[in-house]
Amino acid sequence: MISGYAGQTLRINLNNRQSSTSPTPESWKKEYLGGRGFVARAFWEEIKPGTLPLGPENKIFIAPGPYSGQFLSSSGKLHFGALSPATGGYGDSNMGGHMSLELKQAGIDLLIIEGMADTPVTIVIDNGAVSFRDASAYWESDTYVSERRLKEELGEEWQIAVIGPAAVHGVVYACIQHDFGRQAGRTGVGTVMGSKKVKAIAVRGSKDIPLANPRAALAAGEKFMDAVMKQPGYTHWQPYGTPEVVPWASGVGVMPTRNFQTGQIEGYNGLNGPTMKEKVTEIDKGCTSCAIPCGKWGPGVVNGKVKPQEGPEYESIALLGSNLGINDIQQVAYLNGVCDELGLDSISAGNVVAWAMECYEKGYVAAEELGRPMRFGDAEAAAWMFEEIAYGRGFGKLLGQGVKAAAAKVGRGSETFAMQIKGLEISGYEARYAPAMMLSYMTCDVGGHHNRSWAVTFDIATGRENFEGKAERVVWLQHVRPLYDTLGCCRFPWVEAGIEPSTYADFMEPITGVKWTWDELLTVSERIWNLTRMISVRHVPGFGRASDLPPARWTLEGHVDGPTAGKHFTPAQADELLDRYYALRGWDSNGIPRAEKLQELNLGFCVAK
Amino acid sequence: MKLAYAADKCSGCRACELVCALENFSALNPKKAALRVSGHFPVPGRYTLAFCDQCGTCAEVCPTNAINKDENGAWLINGEDCIGCGICALECPKDVMYLHDDNGSVPIKCTHCGKCMEYCPTGALFDADGAILPRR
Repeated sequence: MISGYAGQTLRINLNNRQSSTSPTPESWKKEYLGGRGFVARAFWEEIKPGTLPLGPENKIFIAPGPYSGQFLSSSGKLHFGALSPATGGYGDSNMGGHMSLELKQAGIDLLIIEGMADTPVTIVIDNGAVSFRDASAYWESDTYVSERRLKEELGEEWQIAVIGPAAVHGVVYACIQHDFGRQAGRTGVGTVMGSKKVKAIAVRGSKDIPLANPRAALAAGEKFMDAVMKQPGYTHWQPYGTPEVVPWASGVGVMPTRNFQTGQIEGYNGLNGPTMKEKVTEIDKGCTSCAIPCGKWGPGVVNGKVKPQEGPEYESIALLGSNLGINDIQQVAYLNGVCDELGLDSISAGNVVAWAMECYEKGYVAAEELGRPMRFGDAEAAAWMFEEIAYGRGFGKLLGQGVKAAAAKVGRGSETFAMQIKGLEISGYEARYAPAMMLSYMTCDVGGHHNRSWAVTFDIATGRENFEGKAERVVWLQHVRPLYDTLGCCRFPWVEAGIEPSTYADFMEPITGVKWTWDELLTVSERIWNLTRMISVRHVPGFGRASDLPPARWTLEGHVDGPTAGKHFTPAQADELLDRYYALRGWDSNGIPRAEKLQELNLGFCVAK
Repeated sequence: MKLAYAADKCSGCRACELVCALENFSALNPKKAALRVSGHFPVPGRYTLAFCDQCGTCAEVCPTNAINKDENGAWLINGEDCIGCGICALECPKDVMYLHDDNGSVPIKCTHCGKCMEYCPTGALFDADGAILPRR
């Protein structure tokens, strides 16, 4: 028996409110590790072709990894997956906090939620025993109120994941919130939870998590904490968190500004780490065992109105700040708090509202239609529109269906600046003149998302016009970065502090009892990458090269100002990036994994018969 | 060595709970730790820590004298003398004597090992006597 795992898959059927358990397959531990790997493997097994994202046949998969909940700095990660209502394809999202530890202590390596409840429910998992509580009284309540209420009803030690009004009203980019500020934000996993009438999941566990060698695991964790805290990047990143990226991102012109019209924001120091520390941050808020907590807690302010919130981190600063033409960190924090309360993914929400602002400023949509004027820089207007979206009111109802759907409805060329890929709104890097980053977005398995491959620094370091080595870098990053979501820990000790990523192979033996090399772990990650690709091939009609193309703005328009003013690549160059990438991946010219590649990765079950 | 806590530095990461249980029980199980972090969000937006200050109330109320002070100043429970009456846990002024099924009726109590102070990454848990230096 491989250690480090809790032991069970828990399946909850909402149709008949029954649950069952089965042992975590030993073969899955070896071939998929956990977390994202378990989510993808179960997804393939369980979601049949023709399933509708918001229909009863869709399922939610929730999985910690072998490193989740360990005494190993920054190991609080938990993975969520479902067929995405935003893209129609493979969807997943990763969340920090303390819920992964609690799930494992409740005995769970994989939680599968299937069917649909007839009335709003909270799923209660007490040491593995499942019960259901009526959630009708707080079904429409915001996330803070709902989580607080459950903490008071059940006890402070319970770990809770909850949805807000956005999910209740079917916004396709609704998130799942936990611990008053941690989210599984992307791809609409919260929307799927809402469609199943699950308001919250509450977990408590008290079981030991089996360790192959507890003393060695403790010693490894001690050594690792020492190493993280002694990294040169530590003193720089720890006090400020991800807002430290802002001056660099705006300086090199990759910070999305006014709906990706440019890559720099005037007065960017109003959004940087020291300004946030001075004006917003009251305390740090860390995930399990984290020595380098990126979570910062403090109030946001707009026109005298105050909202407590966690963050904002760089992505929210980019999408709720510069991309809305706002350079005041207190205002961004306020908007972040609004999104968190409503249960909106702050990335997609900021992206969609920026598109609406551009539509208004260009005269494509009038103030009467929107409900009020929507100008860049107007935080009050943005906060108002987030509520309209979350409650499905007025123009907000259309915006809640995502920027792709909204642009298709409005037309008039607004599709050109609908900044999405595969139907998922692009996150916080303006990548039209950063080929590795643009390719990262184009080929990200869930759509326009940065975190599978954060290659923008590589572009700056190796020349932005240069294509050599870019596809190779993207493939490598797409194996390394999602591996953290698979193991159940956070990338920041590597990305921020500077720990060598291969260090992570060393923890497998004391925790699981199995010796792994770094290359073996990367092979698992490549297997999962091909599997998630095949899931989208299976579920999205016509999925292929066309799904990987960037939004028109990126290949037709240059930046209006800044260090890369006027620069962009052509559609033919975007195709060239894809050609290089597909060849490296062993995929055909339409971007479909070849049968030989799938067989090589032990994914023969994905080969069409 | 004297355990102390600065709430404004605590990030709620619970490294203290994890190392406590690993050190004292060789278990990855914060429910076996002898201290507890609690979050209070969204208002006031702070963490608190419940921990033992070795006040000795548990020893005073123990009917079998199963709790005695060791050379490091820690009140330790002798499992053989403990009859599991639970009076100590009931009378503990800080509610930091914990019951866990795996430990039978013998409460889990702080052994003053210092591991939590040593591995608190933020310096929120620290040694008021200065023998263990805070990490930051």
